Amino acid sequence: MASTQITPTRMELTKTKKKLVTARRGHKLLKDKRDELMRQFLDLARENMALRQKVEAGILAANKNFVIARAGMDEATLHTALMAPKQQVSLEVGKKNVMSVNIPVFDTKTRTADANDIYSYGFAFTSSDLDGAVKSLADILPDMLRLAEVEKACQLMAAEIEKTRRRVNALEHVIIPQAQETIKYITMKLDENERSSQIRLMKVKDMMLEDAHHYSERA
Amino acid sequence: MYKIAVMGDYDSIYGFAALGLDTFPVTPAEAGERLHQLVADGYGIIYITEALAADLRQETARYEGQILPAIIEIPGVSGNTGSGVRGVKKSVEQAVGSDILFSN
Repeated sequence: MASTQITPTRMELTKTKKKLVTARRGHKLLKDKRDELMRQFLDLARENMALRQKVEAGILAANKNFVIARAGMDEATLHTALMAPKQQVSLEVGKKNVMSVNIPVFDTKTRTADANDIYSYGFAFTSSDLDGAVKSLADILPDMLRLAEVEKACQLMAAEIEKTRRRVNALEHVIIPQAQETIKYITMKLDENERSSQIRLMKVKDMMLEDAHHYSERA
Repeated sequence: MYKIAVMGDYDSIYGFAALGLDTFPVTPAEAGERLHQLVADGYGIIYITEALAADLRQETARYEGQILPAIIEIPGVSGNTGSGVRGVKKSVEQAVGSDILFSN
């Protein structure tokens, strides 16, 4: 495409050369960004997977405990026991900038500091299995919150890496070769023009000398 | 100040109420609407059971590029479908091009 649309002028050559320099610089910067993002992402993804497996195992175990607890009490009692929770978890969200990707930082606050406030019921009418079940779920909560933070960060970074990778590839395989091609084309065209005008001048000089001195008749 | 929500069928999520998270037992039909409502109400983290999340792909996709809310899949009482783990693999695949970390 390079050879069809551009006009081979010195202006165009300067412009294209500038464009090439910018593209090279952009390519280098984006490549660095991609590499650094990728490094951090892989660490994060590993952590994400480990946390997820831990949380899933924890929730599964907790669910089992809840099933057992439920078996030992009637529905209404269980319902009432968990109806009015004492504890309330609230969330502060901060932002962290990792290579221009904003990832969330979660900070949780519980309404009361007492760890035993997760038991929102009197112990008289509920089975002890319920206490164990609630405890097992409470134990997994910090990991669940960390999982939310890490998994969201992973998703956001994956999207950014994909975008950056495409940009790097576009610069590397399309924009830069195209600019190089254009520069080559213009230089060749300009050289060609110069040679052609040189030859024309030599020819004219020859003809003028011939007119003045009539070399061919003398020979 | 944000809050944390848990969505899913009642049996899978009622325990979280004791911890101080807000639980929302929903049926798959009303879940999508409820999700958007929760986001508008300022819930920063929304845990959804894997079974329910499978029906909500379109709705959750909308929030994927945003910093909040973080929509996280958790296994329900009926067991682990593996879709949460698949989600992690998917983001690795998206970033790297192929799953180089957990493919084995």
